[in-house]
Amino acid sequence: MRKAKKVGVLTLLMSLMLVTACGSNNGATTKENANQPDKTTTEATVATDKKIVFGFSQVGAESGWRTANTTSIQDSAKEAGIDLKFSDAQQKQENQIKALRSFIQQKVDVIGFSPVVESGWDTVLKEAKDAGIPVILTDRSVDSTDTSLYVTFLGSDFVLEGQKAGEWLVEEYKDTTDQVNIVELQGTTGSAPAIDRKEGFEAAIKDHSNLKIITSQTGDFTRAKGKEVMQAFLKANKDIDVLYAHNDDMALGAIQAIEAAGLKPGVDIKIITVDGIKDGFQAASEGKINFIVECNPLFGGQLMEAVKGVVEGKELPKRTVTEEGTFTIEQAKEALPNRKY
Amino acid sequence: MARLMKHHLFWPLTMLAGLLLFNLCYSPDFFSIQIRNGHLYGSLIDILNFGAPLIVVAIGMTLVIATKGVDLSVGSIVAITGALACMTLSKSSDQNGFAVVLLAIVISLVLAIVLGLWNGLLVSLGGIQPIIATLILMVAGRGIAQLITSGQIITVSSPRYNYIGAGSLLGLPFSVFIVLAIFITALLLTRKSALGLFIESVGTNSEASRLAGIRSRAILISVYAFCGICAGIAGLILSSNVSSADGNNAGLWVELDAILAVVIGGTSMNGGRFYLSGTLIGALIIQTLTTTIYMIGVPPEITLVVKAFVVLVVCLIQSEAFRKKIFERRKYRKYSDKAEVTRHA
Repeated sequence: MRKAKKVGVLTLLMSLMLVTACGSNNGATTKENANQPDKTTTEATVATDKKIVFGFSQVGAESGWRTANTTSIQDSAKEAGIDLKFSDAQQKQENQIKALRSFIQQKVDVIGFSPVVESGWDTVLKEAKDAGIPVILTDRSVDSTDTSLYVTFLGSDFVLEGQKAGEWLVEEYKDTTDQVNIVELQGTTGSAPAIDRKEGFEAAIKDHSNLKIITSQTGDFTRAKGKEVMQAFLKANKDIDVLYAHNDDMALGAIQAIEAAGLKPGVDIKIITVDGIKDGFQAASEGKINFIVECNPLFGGQLMEAVKGVVEGKELPKRTVTEEGTFTIEQAKEALPNRKY
Repeated sequence: MARLMKHHLFWPLTMLAGLLLFNLCYSPDFFSIQIRNGHLYGSLIDILNFGAPLIVVAIGMTLVIATKGVDLSVGSIVAITGALACMTLSKSSDQNGFAVVLLAIVISLVLAIVLGLWNGLLVSLGGIQPIIATLILMVAGRGIAQLITSGQIITVSSPRYNYIGAGSLLGLPFSVFIVLAIFITALLLTRKSALGLFIESVGTNSEASRLAGIRSRAILISVYAFCGICAGIAGLILSSNVSSADGNNAGLWVELDAILAVVIGGTSMNGGRFYLSGTLIGALIIQTLTTTIYMIGVPPEITLVVKAFVVLVVCLIQSEAFRKKIFERRKYRKYSDKAEVTRHA
């Protein structure tokens, strides 16, 4: 009995150690992030007098899109000769606020970040403003009513993406007056891209009464849900002409469902998606996706220009839209070898 | 009739029948089953196919709950095994090789058992409350899955692996046979041997069982290990169904659905008694509800409310206390209100 107790206490201690080890590990990385740049900053200022120091806090590495975004920012900073202090928030707001505070302490020239969530940034942004450091938002926005807290917001216009998708559909079916049945796979309910991509798409097709969204359901931006929901759509609706998916992953799942139903994706059911990940391009080059609206993560170059502009004291627009293309099957075939993410 | 109503499967089966009846009225196509590409095709088949991972997880969860425990980490184990299997496949030169697929399945299931054992050790030897002990892996597990996939969605192209979750045997989805195999194994192990009795006795009072000569700790550990392997198999079914592993989203919240399925099936969270067949029905109710919601086109904004409402109704009808209350209120109506009030005053 006593022995068993000892073993019990031992396992408990071990697990505790493991948990705390994980915890302190986290702390260590943020500390490293905080300390290391300090050294390099001083070195940099000694070496070249006017090298711009840019502190950037990324959301995390939750998707291929995000990783491509990070690489683009790091590469462009190197090219532009900007000293980049990069910090990964691991999808936690508290980490991101810590990172922003450490940037302020280090007195970087410009701060950039992709907010993990929309709200709760006022205090830390005010601190940056008081310290006289301009802030650039990328990819996602904040809900602060005080727009003087940041210089500009650089990111995709999700409404425009939805619109582009809708415009292609209108063009594709301009010669017919027959009813075209559209099913929609929405992103995570309530998320900005889901709301905006739906809105833009609806706005683009609203003047064409024969284009009709017959059903719309969330697929949570995932392949598994996309497949499951599409299966149900196929059972409930006999005649589906077009699928509009808010991202490539859901479409990839839906393609499997369509194939399982004995139909040909891209031919029997035309498919429009947003994002442009590599797997999506692969499917498009095989003719299974008809139209991809790109949601471009490679805006590092644009970001560095904005940083330079801010330092030189140029007036920047509050909203900078990233450059994004659209791809048909043929264009996707050509572009596939050069896709980075 | 009264005896029939007392059967523990009566209310779950009634609810399932009710849901199916609703579908029969709303969309008659619901029950149509055709043969397409040599396999059966229809909504009912979909329910079995997509419900398979949930049923498997819920079977493991039933035994854990029977010991008065709970395993919150199953969703993370689902993500980890899917990630590991897909990673193994994508690293090899021949993704469709029989040996490679077998290797991927074996190492991910071994890992699933190890994770289950870890939970069991924390609960039995560490003496940590199950909800906390498994919470550790629930939180850490998604991190591990993302570590394996480096945060990316890994796509594999391996028809052999794909067969586990999307292939069909004798016209039925192959996953249905996996579910049947696990269900029958669990049923035989617990009902045709003394194991089931041991599990129930540990769930009622683990210390008393130990004094009576049952190795409580060994039972606890093996139950969590079994739950781990069930979650692992579910992970393989899920990831092979879409031929990809998504560390962030695979099996997200499946632990909650599994617990719900167990409870709908009539197993008490207090442990000491479990119904595997009830769990099976419970999981089917949840999956039928999900499919129904997609089929009838409930707007996504209110999907969860509809789901919650149906679950609430199911749980209330299941609750004996609630049924009694409604029953007794009718009886009390014979007495005048005043008499009761004065008596209490």
